[in-house]
Parts: sequence; C-alpha cells; structure tokens
Amino acid sequence: MNISININGETVTRDVEPRTLLVHFIRDTPGLTGTHWGCDTSNCGACVVQMDGQPLKSCTALAAMCEGHEIRTVEALEVDGKLDPIQQGFHEKHALQCGFCTPGMLMTTRALLDENPDPTEAEIRMAISGSICRCTGYQNIVAAVRWAAENAEAEVQS
Amino acid sequence: MQTPARFDYERATSLQGAIASLKEHEDSRIIAGGHSLLPMMKLRLASPTRLIDINDLTDLQYIREEGDEIAIGALTRHVELLKSELLAEHFPLFKDAELVIADPVVRNRGTIGGSLCQADAAEDLSAVCAAVKATVVITGADGTRTVPMDQFHLGPWTTAVGEGEILTEVRIAKRPGGGSAHEKVERRAGDWAIAAASAAVWIDGGVITDAGIALSAVGLTTIDLTRAEELLRGQPPSEELFEQAGAIASEDCMPIPDSRGPVDYKRHLAGVLTKRALRKATARALS
Amino acid sequence: MTAVGDRPIGFGPLKRKEDARFIRGKGNYLDDIRLPGMVHMAILRSPFAHAKINSIDTSAALALPGVAAVITAKDLETLGLAWMPTISYDTQAVLAGDKVRFQGQEVAAVIAIDEYIARDALQLIDVDYEPLPAVVNARKALDEDAPLIRDDKDGQLDNLASPTWEAGDEESTDKAFAEADTIVSRDIIYPRCHPAPLETCGMIADFNPETGQLDLYNGNQAPHAHRTVYAHVAGLAEHMIRIKCNDIGGGFGNKVPVYPGYVCAIAGSIVAGVPVKWIEDRSENLMSTGFARDYIMKSDICAKDGKITGLRVDVIADHGAFDSTAQPTKFPAGFFHIVCGSYDLQASHVKVKAVYTNKAPGGVAYRCSFRITEAVYLVERMVEALALEMHIDPIDLRMQSFIGTEQFPYETTTGWTYDSGDYHKTMRVAMDIAGYEDLRQEQEEKRARGELMGIGISFFTEGVGAGPRKHMDILGLAMNDGADLRVHPSGKAVVSLSAQTQGQGHETTFAQIVAEELGIPPEDVEVRHGDTDKSPYGLGTYGSRSTPVSGAAVAVVSRKVRDKARAIAAQMLETRPEDLAWEKGRWYVKGDPSVGATIFDITERAYSGDSLPEGMEGGLDAQVIYDPPNLTYPYGAYIAVVDVDPETAHVTVRRFIAVDDCGVRINPMIVDGQIHGGLAEGVGIALMEVITFDEEGNCLNGSFMDYLIPTALECPDFELGATVTPCPHHPLGAKGVGESPNVGSPPAIVNAVIDALQPLGVNHVDMPCTPARVWAAMQGNAAPPQ
Repeated sequence: MNISININGETVTRDVEPRTLLVHFIRDTPGLTGTHWGCDTSNCGACVVQMDGQPLKSCTALAAMCEGHEIRTVEALEVDGKLDPIQQGFHEKHALQCGFCTPGMLMTTRALLDENPDPTEAEIRMAISGSICRCTGYQNIVAAVRWAAENAEAEVQS
Repeated sequence: MQTPARFDYERATSLQGAIASLKEHEDSRIIAGGHSLLPMMKLRLASPTRLIDINDLTDLQYIREEGDEIAIGALTRHVELLKSELLAEHFPLFKDAELVIADPVVRNRGTIGGSLCQADAAEDLSAVCAAVKATVVITGADGTRTVPMDQFHLGPWTTAVGEGEILTEVRIAKRPGGGSAHEKVERRAGDWAIAAASAAVWIDGGVITDAGIALSAVGLTTIDLTRAEELLRGQPPSEELFEQAGAIASEDCMPIPDSRGPVDYKRHLAGVLTKRALRKATARALS
Repeated sequence: MTAVGDRPIGFGPLKRKEDARFIRGKGNYLDDIRLPGMVHMAILRSPFAHAKINSIDTSAALALPGVAAVITAKDLETLGLAWMPTISYDTQAVLAGDKVRFQGQEVAAVIAIDEYIARDALQLIDVDYEPLPAVVNARKALDEDAPLIRDDKDGQLDNLASPTWEAGDEESTDKAFAEADTIVSRDIIYPRCHPAPLETCGMIADFNPETGQLDLYNGNQAPHAHRTVYAHVAGLAEHMIRIKCNDIGGGFGNKVPVYPGYVCAIAGSIVAGVPVKWIEDRSENLMSTGFARDYIMKSDICAKDGKITGLRVDVIADHGAFDSTAQPTKFPAGFFHIVCGSYDLQASHVKVKAVYTNKAPGGVAYRCSFRITEAVYLVERMVEALALEMHIDPIDLRMQSFIGTEQFPYETTTGWTYDSGDYHKTMRVAMDIAGYEDLRQEQEEKRARGELMGIGISFFTEGVGAGPRKHMDILGLAMNDGADLRVHPSGKAVVSLSAQTQGQGHETTFAQIVAEELGIPPEDVEVRHGDTDKSPYGLGTYGSRSTPVSGAAVAVVSRKVRDKARAIAAQMLETRPEDLAWEKGRWYVKGDPSVGATIFDITERAYSGDSLPEGMEGGLDAQVIYDPPNLTYPYGAYIAVVDVDPETAHVTVRRFIAVDDCGVRINPMIVDGQIHGGLAEGVGIALMEVITFDEEGNCLNGSFMDYLIPTALECPDFELGATVTPCPHHPLGAKGVGESPNVGSPPAIVNAVIDALQPLGVNHVDMPCTPARVWAAMQGNAAPPQ
C-alpha cells in the first residue's frame, strides 16, 4: 500500500506492506537512522519518536497507522545549526555513553519539557521510565533535563 | 527485530463501517493503541488476517458526565484517564492505576477499550472498572447492548464482545459518599502486576452502603470479591473489617504460580492489597 | 587542568568529543549500515533444550518468493564451518546437525531480500525433533543417570566441562579453621544474568569473490582477536579480513565472544556472493548469547580474635551446553580466586568444577573482570554472615581484617599481588558520606515502629587490566595492546588504539592522555579505533582493561614521542637533551625556563627541511605494544540503604553510597558516569535481573517483559566519593574502574536486605531479591533460584 507520512516537516511517500513498522519506515525510507530499536516488546524506548508532539514507541506502531500524522525524530531537534537545549544538556551533563538510547531519551524528554517546562526530579524519572539506559544509571539524564529546563533560552552552539 | 506476518489493513472511517468489516473478514481484529496486539503479532503468537484501525473514530474518545453517570469512550487513552480531573474527583482509583500501568509513552497510545478487550488477568483497568461497578456498552450491526463488568469477562482473554461487535463505551454511575483506590505490587515499574486490588466503597451515615472489590493477576481472569463485598455492606468501616475482607481475598483468589511469584505469596498479596485499597478508599470517601 | 595559552589540556572533567554525533542521531551503529545489494539473514532456533534432529526440510522456505538461500549444518559441513572453536578451547556447533543442546540453539539460517520475508521463511522450515531429557540443574549434571550432553566430543563420558581447578592451599586452610573461634557456612548462589546491551549483537559480512577480501561490520569488543579467529575458522588469510566496528550500543561482555550467527553470516556471504546482514532480536540476544555468572558456591569462613582468618569455597560452575566462558588460558575459573577480597587472611582454598547443562553457553563477563564479580559477592556475603554470627558491626569486622596500607604490595594466599591501597581510609570516607552512625540510629527507631530498614556494606578489591604476557593469554594471544601516535606537521595528532569503545568515552579519555603527556590540546588529538586495517594489534576492551593496558600504551607512546622531541629541542636550543626539563607542552633549559621550545615548535622542526640530530629520522611518530607488568587493583567501599515493605516484601533502594579508589582519574566525569551505570546494573542484578529455566529447560526470561532491567524509578540518586591511591606500576598511576560498580554493588544491596530482615531472624536470601523471594525468606522458606 502507498503511505505518506509527514516526517520532520517533509512528506515521505513509499509503497510498503501494511505490516511495515513505523520504526522501519523512518529508518529505511528517508534513511533517518537516529531512531533505534532495542527490544521487540515495547519495553526499551530506544525507538521513541514524537507523533503530533507526543512520545510514541515507533516499534509498536504500523507505518500505515501514522498516515496523516506528524512524526518528529531526533534529526529534527537541531535547527539551523542550533542545538536544542535538551541536546546541549545531554552533552553538558554527560547524560550519554554508548549513545544508543539517547535519541529516544531526547525525544521523550523534549516532549516532557514542552508540556512541563520546569519538571521535578521525580517527574523526570517518571517520564523516562519507559526507556532503558544500560550505561548512565539515569542520574545524569535527570541532570541533563534539569539543565535544559534551566537553560531553555540559552544560546547553544552546534 | 521481530516482525509480524502479513495481513491486510484498513482504516475505519465510521463505527458501522468497522463493524461491517469485522463481520465480513474472518480473523480480522480491531487495532487501537496496538501495544498489546502488535507485540503478540511480532512474536507471531497472533496472526490476524486483517487489522481494522479505529484510531480515526475520535467520536469514541471522551470522558464526560452524562446525567448521574460518567461515560468513557473506548478510544480514550490511558494518559487521558490519568489526567482527567472528572475521574480524579469521582473515581480516583483510575489515577492510582494509571500511574502504574505500563509506562508514560505506552500510556499515550493504549486505550481503555483495548485494555478491557485484551482481558489479560493481570491487566489493571478490568479490576478498576469491576470495583466501581461499571457497565460496558457493546455495539454491533443491530445496535448496542450493555453488559455489567461482572459479566464481561468470560474467561482468560475472552470477553462478552461477540463476533462483529466492538466495545464502545464504559459507563459508571456516580453515587454519593463514594471513595475508591487501586493498589498494585509489581516486580519493576511498568511490569504487569504480581497482584493488584481495586476497591470502591460508598459510605452513608458512617456505614458502608455498598462496596466493590476486584483483583488482578491472581486468577485466570479478573476476580470479583463478591463475598467480601457482602461482608462490608451495612458495616461501619474499620481496620478489623478490612482485615476480614483481606482474608476473604486471600481465600477467594485463584492464583497461578509463575515467575512473578508462588501461589502462597500471591494469596498473601491479594489480602494485603485488598486491605490497603479499602483503607485508602474509605479515607477518600470520608474526606 | 593546566593550559597552553588559554586552552585547557590534560586530565579533568572534559566534556566528551563523541557526544556531537550521538546527540544528533548521527551515530553509526551496525543496523544503520546499508551496503549495495545487501540481503538479510534470520536464524531458526531450537524450541527444545535437548533433542535429536531427525530431519530438516527447507523446501517450503526455499520456495517462498524473496528467499535466496537456507543454510543448515549440512551446508556448513561442506565449507568446514559446522563447528567453531570457543574462547575456552571447546567447540560449539554453528548450526545444530546431530542434536540441539539448548533452547534457542541455532538450527538453520535463511537469507532473503528483507528481514520480514526472512522471518516468514523461518516458519516454513520443518524440523523433526526427537526430544531428549534435559539437564537443567547444574547440581545434578554429574549424576550417574544424567543424560550425556556432549556426545559429539570423543571420550566425553559425563557432563564435566573442565577438570576441577584449585587455588590456595587446602592444608593451611584446614589449619586456620581448626584454630578459629567462629565458623560460618553458607550456600551462596550467583544466579544466571545477562549483560543485555541495548543494541543486540549482529554482523554484516561482505565477501568479495573476485578479490577474496572479506569485510566484516560487527560491533565487538575485541576486533583484532576476532579477525584472528575468523582466519583460523574460515581458513581465510588474516590480511584479507577487515573488521569495522563503528559505533557500538553497549557491550558489557556480551560482545566479546564469536557467535554462530556471525559465522553463518560469513558463510551466507560466501555462498550468496552479496553482503549479508544479520541482527539478532532481543529474544535471541537473551536466550542464546553469552550469559554471565551461574556460580553455585558452598563456602565456609572463619575468624579468630575478632579478625577474619580463613575462607573455603567449593564451586559448581554452570557453563551451559558449550564451554565458551571468557578467561585467560591459565585460569579456567577466571580470576575467581581473588576471593580472599580485601582481607589479610591466614589461609584460603578454592575449588571449582565446571559442568555442561542444556542451557545457553556463555559465562562471559557482565561488566566484570573474569569472575571477580562472583568472588566479591561470595566474600562480601560471607563476611556479612560472619559479622552477624559474631554480633559485631559488619564495618568493624572489615576494619579489623583489612590488609594494612603498609602491607602493599600484598601477596594474597591465592597468589595475587595487590599493588596499592588504603582500605581503612576509603571505608571511613564512605561512612562519612552515609552518615553511618545516624543511619544505624534511624534504623533502631524504625525497627521499634515495625519498619524494615537495612544498611548493607560491601568492600571490594578488583584485579583488572589483563594482563602480563608471562601469565595471561586468550587462545594463545598475549593480552597486550598497541598504540600508534602520529603528530602531524601542524601539531595535530592521531592516536590509534586496539581498545574498542562501546560507550566508555575513549575518544575523549585517550585524547586527554596524549594531551597530558605532550601538551597538545585534546580537541587536536583524534582517537581512532574500530577498524582492524587502521589500528595496531591488541586484545580489546573488557575486564576494565582499556585504561590499565591501552591507556598505559598511549602514555608510553606519547613519552616516546616526547623523548624524540627532547632530542630535537636540544638541537634547536643548542644544548644537550639531559639539560632540558619538561613542563606540559614544552622542553626548556634547566635553570633558564625562559629558553625553551614548545611541542609545536618542535613538530614544525621535525617535519621541516631543517637539520635533525645525527641519525634521527624526520617526523614525530611512534608505535608501542604495551605489556602490563601486573594487573591494577581498584577497590571501593559501598553502602546501600534499603527499605523493605513489611507486608508486601517489596524492596526499595533508598540510598547508595559508592566510594571508589581507581588511582589517578584521567576524566573524573567519565569515571563517575561509569560508576553510575555499573551501580544501576548492580541494582538490577540484586533485585530483578535473572535468567531462569523450567524443568524442561525452557528459558523463562527471553524478552524484556521478563528480563527486567531497572528503570529510572528503581535507581536512587547515587552518592559518590573518591579516594586516590595511585597504581605504582601504571605510567599514569591509573587503575581500571568500569566494572567496579557492578562488582561491588550487588552484595551491598543483598546485605542491606538481610540487615533489614534481622528482626525476623532472616540470615540469608538469594538474588534477585524480588518481592516473592524476599517474602519467602521472611516466612523462613528462602529457596535458591533454579
């Protein structure tokens, strides 16, 4: 079937099988490989993107189900060479090691900050509880989100 | 990565269209949030021939007061149940449960209709809806019918929703003096319950006039604790009474041993959580 | 950090260079690679733990449109690839031909145009299995009536995987026990768990039939060693094999071994003549790749006059169906015999017996240096049990028994030579951060109210950085690492490593070492690794060996360049080399610091047309292979505070204090990050991570729905502290640290749970401390995990 999805502001059209998972559509068609996958059971959160501004596990959605919706991936966070404060926060606070969970974490916490610009540590921990990080023990991710909250308007450089 | 087997897909544009398609295509399934169904399909434990996507039927997505009832559309997402002020005011056990169902990202997609229809014994919302004596509205080609929650589950993964029918709404009567709570023990945040208990009480003049208690994960399907409900009716709330209700919960549940725990522990938890849920529900009713 | 001009150089909390690509989603992990003409492979796995294979019918799968090939053991036999060596000198079936020996074992491989069709084809392969009784319980593996698992091995008549191995001295240990005034015995189990990196394992094999070149894309922790193994297994010329690792989404030991899927992908590419991609799914990762631990230990510990004096351990090691544990050749039980821990013992004795069972092979580290995790868990649980028996504070018993600072270098009763330490100091720092006295007070008050609060201690000593070539090799390969440093005319440098980062921050830390040694700012030092064509030979990253071995190699190669720079500077300054002194980035004349030459002046000179000292070649490059003289011995004091719900038995880790001494810290920010990550894994292992099997050998934890990894909600805000006792033999004074937190934290948490349950008289509980298991212990029915 022919599917068109708005990904990062551009319409991506491709003929795919109905069973094509959104994560594969994103990675294969526009080649946006920043969105990862780490499990088969919606437990790890490596595949989180935003659909209409809300975090979504893209391994547990059919591409066909997303037609007519707006998908945003990690590649869209940086605009005109300017990093999003959440990206800068992850760098400042050493919130990533192997980097594999990072795109999902970024899209989850960006959505959190959009909804709640000044989250508490407990709110941050709850927001990322559907994403597994094997490297950081989450502590620096929490700090990075706080950094981004406190530097929402900061001039960040690429 | 695991991938599903082949199937046909259609996006429903009307409820009646979806019902017609369900009838027409053997082994077709409704998909809404998909967070239970798609993992099963990826594991190739479920292989429907056709998925009928009802996500566009936003007429089914609401939480609203209708007279002396609260009506919840089947397509209402977990996150909406969590954040609903209306539910928090009348039935705070929804919020209790939604804080511990899966994780926030999954809660953005999963729906109440999907949860109830999945009919997993460990699923929380079935116990929640049973405790507050909800009724579910089931729609077919010939119209709608209403089924009380205690008749909704026919067995493991089996519900009163028949061939060519769709669960469309959950209705809960608002009654004065009510309080409710949901208690759960899990191995880790986001895991299915080892055991969970939902309780609702209605108190008038210092006496429990009605009560609803249901348990998750301690039987082949949601357990309705009718014997404990009978015990509570007409009694003033007390710790001793809650202990007795807990003892009934331990007796009347029918847990199966698995990697979450052995039978004796699950029976014990059923009792503890029943007691705790009743205690909290009562405090809320009286506050 | 010090500076050249206004730019910081050298050691300190430098933010990571590698972050730039990861925060933009521009990492290049295995599944991100797409090669022209690439096809996909999927693997059919056994549903049975033990079964004879009568026949395999692949015709329906082959007939499916889009399927290019189906490979079985028969096909591999013609290529000589049906069996492969493990890293422990055993053999492992690449695809099962005669019988399957664990659930999840590889039976057939399908190659198709996409992964969806490859998986469709798996359902069409018809295998006729004849189920056999399975050996699941390692304790029963040597029973006379136990079914023989490895009937493929000539002369193998039972399920013993390797001969019983001993360390320490039995006689003097018996004597210590005879003289002791307190003896405690315990069965201590370290259950099977799994490293489960977030990126699963996989391989893209690209064989060029015209040239014979084999390019392999594969996230693994030891690319050079893998290349050597492939050369031996496939009979290909080593120089015609190139392994590229690119970015790796975590390893933790899981990406050390060579897996059958890799060999199948290579065979597939040779057969199909196009690149073949195979990426395992999460269930395959959990059910078939290298697990960790599965040590069943019986131990006695004794004390005399308030001090620990002796330790005895008898181990059954469950190696699964094939012995593919990771350890240096001379040490079949890895470094388990470091089990005397941080204590000055009179005697100790260790006995290890390894058995085959019908379970997945492995026994690789999960963030641990060759079985040290098991050793530390054992000794720290035993010390706690002893303190309980003696009715003294567990910290007091440890303080009484620690190796004294003046005793270093310290020879243990099992043959290790610890390099340096001040254990008492580190313990005291942890107590101060924790507010230990106040915690005990709080606990007393809570107990009076019926609340269950526990405080658990662990003090570990690790041995990391394998290792000296006179003692250590893997498959005959010395455990050394190379470094190649090239300083370019403009003063920028490239350093190439044989270590292989999986997230440890090598691109930053190793640049900082060059910066510290040469005065070139770290942003001007490019760190290269992950490509066997472009890096020197070495054994890779595991066992916390990157800083101890590769880090030392980089320091030494930098100093080699610096020595050459000194000679050039002497000529430039018209003096003798021995009259020059070094400060960061500059050689200057002793007694007249204003006269000197910076590294940049010297580099220019080295590449210029100007003359160089007699006999010296131009340029400023050097290469070394570093052979560590000893392991490094990091240590730490950990304190866990837990609350146990008295009714539900649910455990919450409320606080965790970790004071690590890993010698000199090159990048303290990265060190702290490593510790956070390892502590989270420790929380997981202590409370929820476990791989179990039912009686038929079915794996019960084959997905992330049942292999539970802690989330942000289970991990506390870790409270870190540091002491710094330099390593005397490492050129930078550094020790390894990556694995310390995983090694040290589980016993602290379990000890805390047991401490919490003291009012109920509970003196033992096994990991993982799930609500059900803790509740059983509270009822007096603690049962070990199966």
